[in-house]
Amino acid sequence: MIGLDHFLILGAALFSLGLAIVIARRNAVMVLMGIELMLNASNINLVAFGYHDPNLMQGQLFALFVIVIAAAEAAIGLAIVMKVYRYYYSADLQELSKEQKIV
Amino acid sequence: MIVSILFYLFAGLAIIGSLFILLTEKIVYAAFSLLLILLSIAAIFVLAGSEFLAVTQIMVYAGGILILLIFGVLMTTKLQDGEILVPKSNKFWSLLLGGGFFILLFFMISQVNFALLSWMQGSEKAVGEGRIKKLGTLLMSDYVLVFELAGVILLVALVAAALLAGERIKEGIKS
Repeated sequence: MIGLDHFLILGAALFSLGLAIVIARRNAVMVLMGIELMLNASNINLVAFGYHDPNLMQGQLFALFVIVIAAAEAAIGLAIVMKVYRYYYSADLQELSKEQKIV
Repeated sequence: MIVSILFYLFAGLAIIGSLFILLTEKIVYAAFSLLLILLSIAAIFVLAGSEFLAVTQIMVYAGGILILLIFGVLMTTKLQDGEILVPKSNKFWSLLLGGGFFILLFFMISQVNFALLSWMQGSEKAVGEGRIKKLGTLLMSDYVLVFELAGVILLVALVAAALLAGERIKEGIKS
């Protein structure tokens, strides 16, 4: 069986990559993709710990609620991005912060 | 044995997909790479003994959030010479913070010997049928308040998203 630390290192790698995507990308939708990746990485950790908790299954339940919150966050985030795009005709975070001073 | 091979296969797919998102300039390819990552993570959930969560992951992420993201990509990017390109910036800071954070977490994880923890001993035996049934029972008994609150949050978020993204129609003007 796969050890717990393998899951944890996979989660850490995906979380760091998501963090790098959030910092590196200039497009707002790409930043949202990075945030989804970070939430998924945390879910891997929760599930890996929940595997060793057969009676209460707190890990799985927590991961389930994280998925719910991620769905809500994606909907709201994309709505805000679209509103910003309609006003300023750009979804480029750097352009927005330089010229229009809103981010 | 076969389980570890599958685990490393899907872990490698997920990491390669995230590296592709980090490095590519083409945003639609990045969205489809995210689909690959989400499906591999669903497979990893199955390997970690939570089948219900894997199905939920495929339905919610691959079927819902990813479609939303692709819609967002297509509606908020300008075409440049027939292709949708997104430039990168902050390469130095992303490498420093992402790499540094990974190295920190890696050392912290490798410091701990998980096999010695008391709650780890003999706890891996409960994989099998009764798990999903138990999950449903727990969701409807111990965690029913959180369950209902999650439903309310989803409803409020969807109404708010429709309000934010939709056009306001001024009073008296029919569109």
